[in-house]
Amino acid sequence: MFDDFLVRAGFAGVGLAFATGPLGSFVVWRRMAYFGDATAHAAILGVALALIFSVPVTLGTLAVALAMALVVSGLATRGHAMDATLGVLSHSALALGLVAISFVPGVRVDLSAFLFGDILAVGRQDLLVIWGGAAVVVALLVWRWAPLLTATMSEDLAVASGIDPRRERLVLTLALAIVVAVALKVIGTLLIAAMLIIPAAAARGFSRTPEAMAVSAVGIGAASALAGLGASYLVDTPAGPSIVTAAAVIFAITAAVTRR
Amino acid sequence: MSLIEAKGLSLSYGAQPVLENVNIAIEPGEIVTLVGPNGSGKSSLVKVLTGQLKPDAGKVRRKPGLRLGYVPQKLALERSLPMTVARFLNLPERRDPEAIRRASKETGIEGLEHRQVADLSGGQQQRVLLARALLTSPELLILDEPTQGLDQPGEAAFYLKLEHLRDALGCAVLMVSHDLHVVMSASDRVICLNHHICCEGTPHVVRDAPEYRALFGYGTGGALALYQHEHDHHHHHQHDHDHDHV
Repeated sequence: MFDDFLVRAGFAGVGLAFATGPLGSFVVWRRMAYFGDATAHAAILGVALALIFSVPVTLGTLAVALAMALVVSGLATRGHAMDATLGVLSHSALALGLVAISFVPGVRVDLSAFLFGDILAVGRQDLLVIWGGAAVVVALLVWRWAPLLTATMSEDLAVASGIDPRRERLVLTLALAIVVAVALKVIGTLLIAAMLIIPAAAARGFSRTPEAMAVSAVGIGAASALAGLGASYLVDTPAGPSIVTAAAVIFAITAAVTRR
Repeated sequence: MSLIEAKGLSLSYGAQPVLENVNIAIEPGEIVTLVGPNGSGKSSLVKVLTGQLKPDAGKVRRKPGLRLGYVPQKLALERSLPMTVARFLNLPERRDPEAIRRASKETGIEGLEHRQVADLSGGQQQRVLLARALLTSPELLILDEPTQGLDQPGEAAFYLKLEHLRDALGCAVLMVSHDLHVVMSASDRVICLNHHICCEGTPHVVRDAPEYRALFGYGTGGALALYQHEHDHHHHHQHDHDHDHV
């Protein structure tokens, strides 16, 4: 079954959607959109470092994304004016990554594969990494669901219930770094944040509980992945951007339908 | 043993002192009203007691395993987070449906289960928060300015409800109020805070006096009382005090 590249690509997209659905919901609820962007952009620096030091790309991405996420989350707790700081970090990380990659000796690196993903080239090994990473993220979020949700609703209420909001924020930070590392091959650094935000935002309109929104976001993410792949196969458009375009179309439709 | 006891609390925001050597203890079953002018540190004191803020100095000791119900001043709700009343009451722990029915009846939020919390009025949100706090079977209920935005009959009705809850559950109540002079008549103690504790006493119940009738009108059911501030100490501090007391 996994012999067909298109089947593998489909499984990769759906696997990613399982992680981005619930995590993306938290990104929307907590207004962490730019935070997701900064972490994702740092991934390209991770790619460069991984190539330079000859370690697996996923590992390098995970480490650098985690470092970036921790820095940003640390700044957020100290109450810095986040907008400009995040902009500086996000774009500097991207630029620094692109510069660093030009120093990688030997092989010419296919930059666009890292920027926009290369879902049609996903192999069995990649599929294992994607589903493994998604499983870890889902398990992490299910395990911490109630305290995470309470802390998102109100930090005051969370503390009074004996929940440490900083610890819960760390869980999200870790989950975000894992998703970035896993999504690199599927969707690329530039569009990871889109896969987090768009399906969740599309699910908001018709969801009455947080659980319904997270599950719907998974469905919308998976549908976008399959629709984008289909379009890419039929009309020969780039796969990653097609997936995000499909998600945007679904968002536009749900926004129009649920608008009062 | 006190439910919660704080000794020598000091807290400042930058150079601005908020709490100075505050001692407070809440005993089981008592109703304590904390009053003070705006910016006197009432909310900060509550946040130190609930653990949201760490004091610069001093210690907070809770009875081990204390069940604390906390009703914040208001919820800053994020519209992107869908949340029904029923789901909110089960956060962070699933509660017994029978207990939810009882708490909903007690607080008068029956029929709101399927509404979005963000769509409720301020008063309704307050009652949902109270219902959620009751679900912990609290030994101590802490309410931060629960009557803000209510008119006087509404305030009186809320106080009667609270007194009834205390009698039914046997929990202690610590309530913050910004009204310096008109307090809940069932308060066992009134503590006046202005960075430090200025005075402490019992409310003066004058519900039968004609002047009281003239002042509060009818229909408040004796839930309100006057509090006479008696500051028997002099302030030796350098900073300015603005007490504005009768």
